[in-house]
Amino acid sequence: MTNPYVPLLFLAACGVGFAVVSVLGLSFVGPRRYNRAKVDAYECGIEPTPQALGGGKVPVKYYLTAMLFIIFDIESVFLYPFAVAFSKLGLFALVEMVLFILTVFVAYAYVWRRGGLEWD
Amino acid sequence: MIASLSGLTTEFVATKINYGAVLPMLVVFGAAMIGVLVEAFAPRAVRYGAQVGVALVGLVAAFMAVVLAVGHQGSTLAGAVVIDGPALFLQGTILALSVLSVLAMAERFDGIGADAFTAQGAAAPGSPQESAAVRAGATTTEVFPLTMFAIGGMLLFPAAGDLLTMFVALEVLSLPLYILSGLASRRRLLSQEASLKYFLLGAFSSAFFLFGAALLFGYSGSMDLGVIAKAIGTQSGMDGLLVPGVLLVLVGLLFKIGAVPFHSWTPDVYQGAPTPVTGFMAACTKVAAFGAILRFVYVGVGDSRWDWAPALWAVAILTMVVGAVLSITQTDVKRLLAYSSIAHAGFVLTGLLAFDRVGVSSVMFYVVAYGFSTIAAFAIVSLVRDGGSEATHLSQWAGLGRTHPIVAGAFAFLLLAFAGIPLTSGFTAKFAVFSAAIGHGATPLAVVGVLASAIAAFVYVRVIVLMYFTESGGDSVRVVPPSILTSAAVTIGVAMTLVLGVVPAPLLDLASRSALFLR
Repeated sequence: MTNPYVPLLFLAACGVGFAVVSVLGLSFVGPRRYNRAKVDAYECGIEPTPQALGGGKVPVKYYLTAMLFIIFDIESVFLYPFAVAFSKLGLFALVEMVLFILTVFVAYAYVWRRGGLEWD
Repeated sequence: MIASLSGLTTEFVATKINYGAVLPMLVVFGAAMIGVLVEAFAPRAVRYGAQVGVALVGLVAAFMAVVLAVGHQGSTLAGAVVIDGPALFLQGTILALSVLSVLAMAERFDGIGADAFTAQGAAAPGSPQESAAVRAGATTTEVFPLTMFAIGGMLLFPAAGDLLTMFVALEVLSLPLYILSGLASRRRLLSQEASLKYFLLGAFSSAFFLFGAALLFGYSGSMDLGVIAKAIGTQSGMDGLLVPGVLLVLVGLLFKIGAVPFHSWTPDVYQGAPTPVTGFMAACTKVAAFGAILRFVYVGVGDSRWDWAPALWAVAILTMVVGAVLSITQTDVKRLLAYSSIAHAGFVLTGLLAFDRVGVSSVMFYVVAYGFSTIAAFAIVSLVRDGGSEATHLSQWAGLGRTHPIVAGAFAFLLLAFAGIPLTSGFTAKFAVFSAAIGHGATPLAVVGVLASAIAAFVYVRVIVLMYFTESGGDSVRVVPPSILTSAAVTIGVAMTLVLGVVPAPLLDLASRSALFLR
């Protein structure tokens, strides 16, 4: 019987290897065709300009959407194992999960009613 | 390893929940949820009234639930929450102080919205959006649900039975406070600066707490305070994890009470935050954080105290001395009260270091006494104004005793309580912690404490002299006549300061009867 941690180490090595090979390998085999957009700083979603509009302030609405996404992301993180084990969990877990979803929807209702979902 | 993995496939057993024991927290969180829904669905005109009503009803109901929970003591939710004497005493304290804080926050001087808070927190100071929000009569009524969420975290903090629950409670109470600090209606930039500083340093200290918890998990194999306590007697050869773990967790907790050298945020945040929020933070956060430190130190790692108590001694001495000495140099009344709160944190640590049941009860009595005085003091600060904004510079308080004798008299009385003059709660509280320290081998701490009290007393007396025996600088400073809300908060705070000074026995009895931790 090998040490139970050996597979874990193997997985870690695979992960590190994948990252190193992808990053280093790309610089060897990838084509190098530069244009203006390529040298911009990459910020997903926000138009990069030397000086953002409004005196360097970034609009808060993008982060609002991102936070809302994370809330539902975390909800699904809990929902998935719950769904897999549902047959063993019984009524108690169902009630708990409904309560959990309810609290998330309270936050969602607040964002929706206060105009957090309107882009402009 | 393999056996424990296969254990995952066994039958699911639902955790037993003692609903009676956790009811106070459920009520407060429920009220916070209702507050969010009010914010979402109620029309703007009724929001303020609805929010204040929901918050106050929720707090009173939760207080009654705490009284009922006396019959439901025990460890529940798989050991994550421990409802015992100290937990219930401190939860009741937090709820009582929170009622006063919410009263002070709701003050609006017959204006449109809650007066201390900005019309729209998201608008940049001085921007067109901000003036549009002011014209529209907007007010940040979100402060009430935010406060309720913070109170919910505070209730959980001293009742946390394991380090992970304690961390969650720490975050639940901290995050709303970071936001609340940035919502002052005047001097908005100072307020936002305070909020950012508090957030950055708070996040930093949370990381310390987590790192310490990880080390203690490595030492004992559990986050549960009871299991950690058992491991201290039996585990050998892992001491390299124990002491650093304890110290790192203590860093996270001492940050919240503002002990030196983790105090640097205190004056800036206390000055920048809306004054009622400052009172709330100074009173309720300290109660909750001292409850958590008591539980961590007395239930969790007390048996190893010979290894780390010297560090806590040093922190206590530094806190008392630095807090008292630096308060001499302050010219802003909010900063002065901030340094005074640092010194008081040091006095409370003295009682904690007695490592005895008397230490627990003296700490609990002290936070009650200090909490009532400090909320009233900050409520008075919010009344003294020059033009529209608070006159926080000490020179503006000159001659207040002649122009506004009642307000100045109440403030002078509270300052005497902070100084520890007999017939105020401050004297009884200091007597309790220092006698606990002297009775259990911490006499040097008590000596430093008395000396630091003397230094601090000089500061308080100087402010009283300034109010009564100095000519007023100008006529522009005046006391805004408060509504019933602030009047009630100040009156109750002052009355409790007097009552706990004259007849402290009932509360001292209650504290000593409920000073036993469930292990």
